Amino acid sequence: MLFLLYSLLIFMIVGAVIAIETRDLLSSVICVGAMGLGLAIIFLLLGAPDLAIVQVVVEVLSLVLLLRVVLMREDVTIAHRYRYGEVFATATALLFFGVFIMLASTAYKQMPQFGNPILKVSQDYISNGFAKARAPNLVTAVLLDFRAYDTLGEATVIFTAIIGSLVILRKRGRIRDEGNEPDS
Amino acid sequence: MKGMSLIVRTITRLLAGFILVYGAHIVLYGHLTPGGGFAGGVMLACGLILLVLAFGKDGALEIVSENAASAWDCIGALAFWLIAVLGFTGGYFFLNFVGKGEPFNLISAGTLMWSNIAIGIKVWACLFLVFVVLAAFRIRDEG
Amino acid sequence: MGPYILCSMILLLGVYAVVAKKNLIKIVIGLLIIEYAVNLMLVLVGYKAGGEAPILTEAGQQTTNFVDPLPQALIVTSIVIGLGLTAMVVALCIRLYEKYGTFDVLLIRRLRG
Repeated sequence: MLFLLYSLLIFMIVGAVIAIETRDLLSSVICVGAMGLGLAIIFLLLGAPDLAIVQVVVEVLSLVLLLRVVLMREDVTIAHRYRYGEVFATATALLFFGVFIMLASTAYKQMPQFGNPILKVSQDYISNGFAKARAPNLVTAVLLDFRAYDTLGEATVIFTAIIGSLVILRKRGRIRDEGNEPDS
Repeated sequence: MKGMSLIVRTITRLLAGFILVYGAHIVLYGHLTPGGGFAGGVMLACGLILLVLAFGKDGALEIVSENAASAWDCIGALAFWLIAVLGFTGGYFFLNFVGKGEPFNLISAGTLMWSNIAIGIKVWACLFLVFVVLAAFRIRDEG
Repeated sequence: MGPYILCSMILLLGVYAVVAKKNLIKIVIGLLIIEYAVNLMLVLVGYKAGGEAPILTEAGQQTTNFVDPLPQALIVTSIVIGLGLTAMVVALCIRLYEKYGTFDVLLIRRLRG
């Protein structure tokens, strides 16, 4: 199982590199879709079927939204001009990656080892969750009974994000000239 | 926004009902099997977005109009908040006040089922609304 | 520690795409990659070796071998909020394309109005 986890993570890294570096925008969007499906399989391996369901469906909707932008015109790729700053930017980025990975591995040694979580707060939820909330699905019991305040906050955040995007796409405005009526 | 060809429209007419029923199943059985309000809500939105893609914006807006989707959005959010406030009847905010029936039945676990339904309605209405507005947006000289 | 390092690499690739790319769509793709990496990291922290999904199948089941349910509950909402964020950023992209006619970030900065 660990071998499968590592190979899926490397598949995600390769997909990310292809999605960033390729010049055709359609291939890039499809690579992001493949990354998302790989992530859903990783969630299944890590014992989270709830997350796998949500990830697959949200991935499909994100692909539809991105394709709406990419396929608006035929020529959304831009010309590639080499500038001197670009080589410098890439070299600085690689240097920063190296420094970050070195410092991060020092920090990860302090964390509990992969596979043995501390479970300080969740031990109470796992042992008494079914007795207190009488729901067999412990994830839903935690989400809607023990931590319902957080769910109220998250519902508000989704509401605000959608209202924000509706405001951006509003077409009401000044009437520019006679033939141009503002549609709602 | 135009619709798609005849094959796509026929298959959509057959499949959209199944997708909506499956989404409703995941919302309602959220406290027994993996799923819940968020997963089922996104699935219900997917079923309706399939209708928008296949029949064009006008075909789908006859089924659920923009004002209706906006109203359902607010109803879902207010219903969730109402369930929280009604917990005051038992003691404190968000108390699980409905009586808990037998476990592993459909109607059990107190307010969990009603909260799942409220969140499912809210997420579905939200995502359908934003997609219809994005699909209807016309750039000024777009064909 | 191995999966943590690989997950950090995905995060760094996403940050690189946001910072160093000129095309607006590539910046949006970088945001999506950052979001995948963050969700994966939190679920990796809560994994228990040899554990099962935290769902009971019969009334008296032993609950000693369950994976941590708390990160999973929080990441479910985080994934759906990520979708709302993608919708808003795509709306911004459409508006920018309508006003400036290009997706190049450098040209958008230079043409003022």
